[in-house]
Amino acid sequence: MDVYLPIANLSVNGLVIVLLGALTGVLSGLFGVGGGFLTTPLMIFYGIPPTVAAASATTQVTGASVSGVIAHSRRGGVDYQMGGVTVVGGILGTGLGALLFNFLESVGQIDTAINILYVVLLGTIGTLMAKESWGAIKASRSGEGRPRAAKRRHHPLVASLPLRWRFYRSGLYISPLAPLLLGMFVGILTMLMGVGGGFILVPAMLYILGMSAGVVVGTSLFNVMFVTMVSTMMHALTTKAVDIVLAALLLLGSVSGAQLGSMLAQKAKPESLRFILAAIVLLIALRMLYGLSVRPDEIFTVIPL
Amino acid sequence: MIRIGFLFAALLMLTAAREPILVPEVSQHEIQVQQGFTGTNLLLFGAVLDPAGTRAARGYDIVVVLKGPTEAVRIREKSRIGGIWVNADSTDFRSAPSFFAVAASRPVKDIVDDRTAAIYELGNDYIQLSPSGTINPEEQVRFTSGLVDLKRRKGLYKEDMHGVKLSGGVLYQARIALPSSVQTGTYTAETFAISDGRVVSSAIAKVDVRKVGFERFIEVFAQIWSFWYGLLAVALSTAMGWIAGRLFAMG
Repeated sequence: MDVYLPIANLSVNGLVIVLLGALTGVLSGLFGVGGGFLTTPLMIFYGIPPTVAAASATTQVTGASVSGVIAHSRRGGVDYQMGGVTVVGGILGTGLGALLFNFLESVGQIDTAINILYVVLLGTIGTLMAKESWGAIKASRSGEGRPRAAKRRHHPLVASLPLRWRFYRSGLYISPLAPLLLGMFVGILTMLMGVGGGFILVPAMLYILGMSAGVVVGTSLFNVMFVTMVSTMMHALTTKAVDIVLAALLLLGSVSGAQLGSMLAQKAKPESLRFILAAIVLLIALRMLYGLSVRPDEIFTVIPL
Repeated sequence: MIRIGFLFAALLMLTAAREPILVPEVSQHEIQVQQGFTGTNLLLFGAVLDPAGTRAARGYDIVVVLKGPTEAVRIREKSRIGGIWVNADSTDFRSAPSFFAVAASRPVKDIVDDRTAAIYELGNDYIQLSPSGTINPEEQVRFTSGLVDLKRRKGLYKEDMHGVKLSGGVLYQARIALPSSVQTGTYTAETFAISDGRVVSSAIAKVDVRKVGFERFIEVFAQIWSFWYGLLAVALSTAMGWIAGRLFAMG
């Protein structure tokens, strides 16, 4: 099934793109992450121009998170107040990200910056997650029960920030500056990497802010939904690289894949799921590190002026 | 017998002095890019006639050059810095053709010398890219070959040194494949008749590559009404996500 992409200016096998979307959908259903960190590199690998890939993946992540937010809000799993603060930070972040993107592009280092960001962030998060989930798997095998005796607390740095708000659903009394800064950071990444940032937000909300686990995934999705909307608009206005046909194909796949993913999620153990996600994340990080250190296939790159 | 021989020689001299007539034609003057477009085959054909028109011209080689719209590009070169590969040097070209294909009846290097080939751009090595700014020749060669190699592997620059078929010395034809990633715009197909290392005649045919229908609409929409286009993209993804969410709830 050949589909011509009017913005990317090339013909692709539509089925491959739908399957790629489905893979992302399964991941988002299984793990509660957008999966942009996987689709963007794979689309670039398939031959779609990097800017178009990043911009259209952003649009797709919006769709994937909308259905997630609906599901989570139904059972009260979204802290709208906290989400609102991170969204404001996120919007500021996408603006900063766009400036940074233009600067890095003009000096020709955007690809390197993106690759290094991927290696550092995915490497760190993958390692942390692998360690934690492996511990949980071992604990459940030896039948000791979960070693989660220590109550989750926010990071000491968070407590030192001025001004405090109560976030009832998250069970927190902290400075709104902490989620604002976190949202801003993720917003920058969204613009730069074409990812939703769920894979950074979820651990950060758990381990840095210390939010109660029940609202973490829903609130993270709420943030991702709005921030990807803003960055889609940002791309449409500045890079003009959003390919609506490509986004629709990806959405078709991810929307159906998400159903499959959430069905699978109910059957599997959460700690094994986290371990698999950690393995995938680490694999991508290693692949990117390898890509940076060996002589690339393409020494030359051409960009239109 | 001698008279006939003399007449024949005179005729040869006469024709050598005058240019042969080239009548070029392309299979399609307009290529429509729309849903289902996966690239196309362009047939460039025509006739080479002796000016007297009484018989076929002989001793000619035919070279066909199909060139897409030019664009200004920046080429970046990666080098190893501090253990990782990053973009280092770069250079700009003001007129890199987005598509470039050469087909010839014989390898160009057997037909003409380097200088003639360079003047008429008869090959990937001879594309005139107009570098901007000052750049030393050695570096320019490196960047040019980098660009040509990249485009060649994407199927956008190609050479086929046996791609022109001559039949009976009168008719020629060349088939050039355009990939789906071709740029839209006006393409020029230039045909050269070459004899004794000299271009004796040339003729141009034009081909328009353009997006039509839905694809054209999307392109224009994204360029001109970018704000509304962005909103549409957001609305589409939200709607699809919402519908999926409803289906979840039901299932």
